Amino acid sequence: MAEPASLGEGKPEQAHHVLVPPASISQTTPDDGAVNDADLLLAATSISKAFAGVPALVDGRIRLKRGSVHALCGGNGAGKSTFLNILMGLHRADAGTVMVKGRVVHYASAAEALADGIAIITQELSPVLDMTVAENIYLGREPRRMGWFADKAKMEADATALFARLGFDIDARVTMRSLSVAKIQLVEIAKAISRESDILIMDEPTSAIGEKEAATLFKAIRSLQDQGVGIIYVSHRLTDIFSIADSYTVFRDGRFIEAGDLANIDRQRLISLIVGRDLRDQEARKSTSTGQSMLSVSGFARHGQFEDISLDLAKGEILGLYGLMGAGRSEFANALYGNEPKDAGTVRIEGKPVEIRSPSDALANGIAIVTEDRKETGLVLTSSVSENVVLAALDQFSKLGFVDGKKVASNVDGQIARFRIRTASRDLPVQSLSGGNQQKVVLARCVETEPKILICDEPTRGIDEGAKREVYAFLSAFAAAGNSVLMISSEIPEILANADRILVFRRGRIAGELEGAKATQEALVHLAS
Amino acid sequence: MSTELTTNAISASAARSQAVGRFLSRYGILLSFIILVVILSFAHPNFLSSGNLMNVLRQVSINGILAIGMTFVILTGGIDLSIGSVLALTGVVAGSLVTGADPYNPAIAFFAAVGVGALFGAVNGTLIARFSVPAFVVTLGMLSMARGATLLYSNGRPIPNLSPDFRWLGQGFVAGIPVPVIIFAIVFFAAWITLRYTVYGRWIYAVGGNVKSAKTSGIPTRTVIFSAYLLMGALAGLAGMILTARTTSALPQAGLGYELDAIAAVVIGGTSLTGGVGSVVYTLIGALIIGVISNGLDLMGVSSYYQQIIKGAIIVVAVLIDRSRNMNP
Repeated sequence: MAEPASLGEGKPEQAHHVLVPPASISQTTPDDGAVNDADLLLAATSISKAFAGVPALVDGRIRLKRGSVHALCGGNGAGKSTFLNILMGLHRADAGTVMVKGRVVHYASAAEALADGIAIITQELSPVLDMTVAENIYLGREPRRMGWFADKAKMEADATALFARLGFDIDARVTMRSLSVAKIQLVEIAKAISRESDILIMDEPTSAIGEKEAATLFKAIRSLQDQGVGIIYVSHRLTDIFSIADSYTVFRDGRFIEAGDLANIDRQRLISLIVGRDLRDQEARKSTSTGQSMLSVSGFARHGQFEDISLDLAKGEILGLYGLMGAGRSEFANALYGNEPKDAGTVRIEGKPVEIRSPSDALANGIAIVTEDRKETGLVLTSSVSENVVLAALDQFSKLGFVDGKKVASNVDGQIARFRIRTASRDLPVQSLSGGNQQKVVLARCVETEPKILICDEPTRGIDEGAKREVYAFLSAFAAAGNSVLMISSEIPEILANADRILVFRRGRIAGELEGAKATQEALVHLAS
Repeated sequence: MSTELTTNAISASAARSQAVGRFLSRYGILLSFIILVVILSFAHPNFLSSGNLMNVLRQVSINGILAIGMTFVILTGGIDLSIGSVLALTGVVAGSLVTGADPYNPAIAFFAAVGVGALFGAVNGTLIARFSVPAFVVTLGMLSMARGATLLYSNGRPIPNLSPDFRWLGQGFVAGIPVPVIIFAIVFFAAWITLRYTVYGRWIYAVGGNVKSAKTSGIPTRTVIFSAYLLMGALAGLAGMILTARTTSALPQAGLGYELDAIAAVVIGGTSLTGGVGSVVYTLIGALIIGVISNGLDLMGVSSYYQQIIKGAIIVVAVLIDRSRNMNP
C-alpha cells in the first residue's frame, strides 16, 4: 500500500507548471527542443474551451512526433475529451493554436481534420450491424463501379488485405452483428487505420477487448509506428500505457501538468501526477459499521461479464465497488438486484438465504437500486416528480388498487423537503429538473421503498459538487441508521471519501480489497488496471 | 448567492411558460372542438338539434369505446391494428347466438363477444409481452387472421333476424339516452378512473414512459403490457356487439378501417405514440371531433370521398400542431 506522501509531491509540481508562461512552452520538457519541425506532426498550445461559461479546458497542450505513441493521461474531468474534440474539429477552441505538420489549422468539422490526416477511434462504437465488415470499413467512401454502383468485391478484397496487414483475424464478408464486441472494436480501429492518416487518436481502445485482442492491437500499433504514424493513446489502463507508449502528457482539472518520456517516469509517479491533490477536503467519514452481517453474496457469476463474486456487507457499512468500465461492477449489481439473470451464486440477507429473480423480489427483500443512468433506466422522464418518487412504492399509497392522492402529495412534499429537490411543484415533469435534482428524485424513490440495502451505481455521475455532497451526506446518514450501502463508482476520490471498505473489480473478478481509511488512489488504480 | 437567485428566477419563468404550455396542451384540443361545434351550428341549423346530437353520440360510441382501449395500448408504447377484424368476428359470433327462432339471451351474446375479443387480445398480448414480437407485426397478422376467421365463421354471409332483445343493446333508449351511449359513458368513466386513480393506471404510464425504469421499480412490466391488449380485445368485442345490434344483422365485412379511426382519435387527443403521455379525456374529445366532423359534413351533403380526405388532413394537422408545441421549449 503506497504512502500518501507521494500525493504531497503533486502539489508543487502543479503549481510550477501552471505558472509556466506560454513563451517557454517548448522548454517544458528537455527533449522537446531536440525535435526538429519535420518530425513534429502535431503541436497544440494553450488551448482553452468553456461550455456555457464553465471552463472545461484551461490550458491544453500536446506535442506529437512522427512514429511516436504518445499517452494522454488524466482522470475524469481532466479535459481530455474536450481537448480531443478540439483536435478533431468537433468543438472550436476559445483560444490557443493547433499546428498540424507545421501549419496552423482551425478545423470547423471532423471532415476537415480527416482530410488533413487526423483520424480518431472513439470509445463509442457506431457500427451498422447488418452491413458486412467490409461495408462498414468503407462506409461513405465506397469504391465505385461506373460511378453509381458500390464495388463490393473491391471493398472485400481491400478489407481482407487490410486485416492481413494488421494481423487481425476477421472475415471481411460477415455482418458486424455476428462479431463479438472485441472484434467490432478491432474493425473500428481498422477503419480508422484504413484512412491512411498520419495522426491517429485512440480513445480507450482496449476498454472493450480482451488480452488476446489487445496483444494483436499492440502489434498493429507498433507496425504503424514504424511507418511513421503518430498516435495519441488515451487510456486509464496504466499497464497498457507502459507497454505501448513512449511518451506522455498529463492533464488534470483542464490543465496541462507535465509531459515527458515514459522511460523517465515510473508508475507510482505517473499516478500521482494524474491524481494530483487529495480531494479529501470533505470531512473523513467515520465508519458506522456494526459488524453484523446484512448481505452476504457468494459465488455470483454471469458468464462473460463477471465470475465468482463473493462479498459481505455489514449493517451500517458503506462498501465501495471500484473498477474500470466493463470490469463487471454494474453487471454484478444488476444481477444482484434481479434486473438481469445470473448463472450462479447465492444471497443471504441477515443470515437468511433469499432468492432474487426479479426487481420486485429485491424490493420485497429490502434492496433498492440507483441505476447507472438515470435517464436511460432510472426515471420515467415523461411523468411528474411526484409520480416518479412513489413509483416503486405505490402499494403503500393505495387501498384496493386506488392511489391515495393526498397521502402521495404530503409524502412527496416531505421527500422534496428532505432531499432539498429544487422544483416549483411536485406535479412538474421530472424532465424539467436539473441533473442533480433528478438524481435526488431517484434517491427519494429508493427511500420510499424503505430499503435496508441500497445499491448505488455511479450515484453522482454528471451532477455538480453541491449536489454530490448532499448525496454523500444522505448515504452516510442512511448507513448510520443501521442500513447498508453498496456504492459503485469509478471516481476515485469519491469512493475513497465515502466507502468504509473497497472491493476492486478487474475484468469481471474481484482483484482485491482495501480498507477505506488506508486506501490510496495509487493502490486502487494499481489493482484495477 | 446571486447565482442562486438567478437560477430561481429562471426556473420561475420556466415554470410560468410551462404553465402556459400545459394550459394550451390541456385545453387546446377542447378549444378546437368548441370552435368546430360553433362553426357547424352556424353552417347547418339542424346540427344543434337534440336529435342530431344524440345521433352524433351514438355514432361516436363505437369508435369511442375502441379508442379508449387504444389509449391504454398506445400509453404503453404499443399499437393494435387488429381491432377492426376482431370487432367483426365478435359481431358475427354475437349475431349467431341471437338469430333464428330460438335466440339465446342477449347476456350470453354479450359475454361471448367480449370473451372472444379478450381471447384475441390475450393472444396479441402474449406474443408482444412474453415473446417480444413487435406489436405492429403481431396485430397486423391478427388483422388478417381475425378477418379470415370472421368470413369462415359466417360463410361470408350476413347473419340476419337478430332478436329484438339483442337489438335493444344497439337501438334502445334508457331515459331518452341511446343504450350505446350509456355503455360508452360507463366504459369512459371506468377507464378515466382507472388511469387517473389506480395503481394499475400509474403502471400503464410508467411502462410506456420508461419500461426499464418501471421494471427496476418492481412493476410487472410484461403483465401490464399484456393486460393492455387484453383490455383492448375485450373492448373490441363490446364494440362489435353494439355495432351488430345497431345494424340489425351481423356483417362479416364490418369494421374495415376502424382501427385507423380509433388510432386517429387517440392521436388527435394528443396522446404520444411513443407512450407514457396522454389521457382518455383527450381521446374522448378526439373521438368527438372525428364524429362531429363527419356528421357536420354529412349534414352539409359533402360527399364521403371528400370526407375521407378532410378527416385524414385533420389527423395530420393535429399531430403537426402537437409536434410544434412540444418542440418549442
